[in-house]
Amino acid sequence: MSKWKIITQGIIKENPTFVLVLGMCPTLGTTTSAINGMSMGLATTFVLMLSNYVISLLAGFIPSKVRIPAFIIVIAIFVTVVQLVMQAYVPALYQTLGLFIPLIVVNCIVLGRAEAYASKNKPLDSFLDGLGSGLGFTLALTVLGIVRELLGAGSFFGLKLIPGDAILVFILAPGAFLALGYLMVLFNKLKKA
Amino acid sequence: MFLTLLLICFGGSAILGGVYLLTHGPIEAAQTAKVNRALMGVLPEFDNTPSEECFEMDLEGQVIKAYPALFNGEPVGWAVEVVTTRGFGGPIQIMVGFLPDGTIFNSALISHSETPGLGDKLDAEKSDFSTQFKGKHPATFTLAVKKDGGMVDAITAATISSRAFCHAMEVAYKAFQHIATQEGGKV
Repeated sequence: MSKWKIITQGIIKENPTFVLVLGMCPTLGTTTSAINGMSMGLATTFVLMLSNYVISLLAGFIPSKVRIPAFIIVIAIFVTVVQLVMQAYVPALYQTLGLFIPLIVVNCIVLGRAEAYASKNKPLDSFLDGLGSGLGFTLALTVLGIVRELLGAGSFFGLKLIPGDAILVFILAPGAFLALGYLMVLFNKLKKA
Repeated sequence: MFLTLLLICFGGSAILGGVYLLTHGPIEAAQTAKVNRALMGVLPEFDNTPSEECFEMDLEGQVIKAYPALFNGEPVGWAVEVVTTRGFGGPIQIMVGFLPDGTIFNSALISHSETPGLGDKLDAEKSDFSTQFKGKHPATFTLAVKKDGGMVDAITAATISSRAFCHAMEVAYKAFQHIATQEGGKV
């Protein structure tokens, strides 16, 4: 499989959110605005790329009995790195995303890619697979964030477009489910066409 | 098997130790900057560094931080940082600045997890709810929402958040009174 195809596969054909329906907790929890969704997506992409790469390098040395704990340690290392760096350089964003950053450790996309792809493929391919899946996740979260922010707060990336209050329910949890459901339908329709 | 896990853990700890050393400084700086920004907002002009002269006290079951503000050596006010657990979505942390006579100078929302669009109007950037406290003295301005017989206009559809904010204000005022009596009117 060509390198380019490895990346695009994660974005469209195997989009983690819209097609594989993985990592729903951060998807629904952090997409109250476009910028939050995008940041969460990028943080996850970073973890995915590096953990895939390292796990692929280590795969030969890890006995299969302890592979899950070993994978989780590797993932947790990179998540903690992201957490510390965000706390240091973008404290405001870190506060909005709050608990969801440490929760990347148990995000099933990361562990899923480690188990399904990185442990069986070459380091470079695994790195690209992580990049693809990560970008797919970022795309999904950004789109969902844009839709929810536009309908729920009347703004686009923090820029107020419609004065006054909008349809508040889209910022709240029920709106997350609604928007995600319709986007999933739309994405799968477009993918078939 | 154990050896592999042990090695991975060792390697990981080494990496994290390194990253911690690199980010430790900036994290502290970011936190201090945040406190300083809040202090600038809630206090009148000062020329000392309240964040370094801060002291803590136990009151109402929590540790309250108080920051003295001086101008030309004269006390011009106190900033008090309090947390209330009566919020709708979790604890609410606010900072309140008092003038030496007890008048509320201004307040700032430090952190909260209230409902976006409803309870988060406690934030001065999102609505003018918190500005109604400006320049009021708690002795004459009852810190409770009108529904509870107080004088505060609650946020529509966010009475719990508004009550929590009033409660935090009240705790802050108690802390201020505590300081004022302890310092023997030096404040």
